[in-house]
Amino acid sequence: MNGVPVSAYLALALILFCIGLYGALTKRNTIIVLISIELMLNAVNINLITFSKMGIAPSITGQIFAVFVIAVAAAEVAVGIAILLALYRNRKTVNIDEMNELKH
Amino acid sequence: MTFSGEFLAFILLALVAISGGVLLLNLTKVVHMVVALVFTFISIAGIYILLSAEFLAVVQVLIYSGAISIIMLFGIMLTKHNDEEEATPKGGKWRKAFLLLGVLAFGAVFYAGIYNLDFGSAPVALHENNAEQIGISLFSDYVIPFELMSVLLLVAFVGAIVLSKKDEEKEAEKE
Repeated sequence: MNGVPVSAYLALALILFCIGLYGALTKRNTIIVLISIELMLNAVNINLITFSKMGIAPSITGQIFAVFVIAVAAAEVAVGIAILLALYRNRKTVNIDEMNELKH
Repeated sequence: MTFSGEFLAFILLALVAISGGVLLLNLTKVVHMVVALVFTFISIAGIYILLSAEFLAVVQVLIYSGAISIIMLFGIMLTKHNDEEEATPKGGKWRKAFLLLGVLAFGAVFYAGIYNLDFGSAPVALHENNAEQIGISLFSDYVIPFELMSVLLLVAFVGAIVLSKKDEEKEAEKE
């Protein structure tokens, strides 16, 4: 029998998600904001895998979804870092509140 | 609740994961923040093993604590790498306090939803030939998303190269 209840895993994922959300909203360095978003995606993955083992209808599908989430996260990081490097070359800043060219 | 080995492992991994996240919020140097996040990623891989997802645990170590952390470190080193988070200017304290309140309220609402959740589902054999099960499911039920994902990765990598390539024509014009 499983020793750890499902709510413990969900609570861990919730705490990590909240840390990631707070970091993404308050940090000023763009790389830290990106990595906080990765932390949020990781929390979502914990939820998916928890439900794939202990959900209402446990099956392997949750793990497949987690694989897709990881692939999308890797693509997102690659594009994000590329945009950041291009922006740094032109503006010499990584501060997120100085990146306001799209603001009218 | 009995203190089984699984429970002990879960507590340890969860503590390392959460302290890595808290260090991310509190450290001042950006490189230290990324290194703190590596601990979180590795302990999340341990959590995956507890949830009988061995394949995903290996993928997590490879992609997150390997590739993504290294690419983040590259990004830091190619930009301002000795940047420190300074004290936030002009009303940043109030903004931070309100954000903290909002995030805590969000967490409280969701915790109220999950704190005594129990589906009581029957155990499944996810741990037996985990990679084989994932492969069979991926190539029978999810072939089209899998192929779409390959296209997405190709587009993302070509886009990343195009975005970060030096604009040599413009540079020549400037000179």
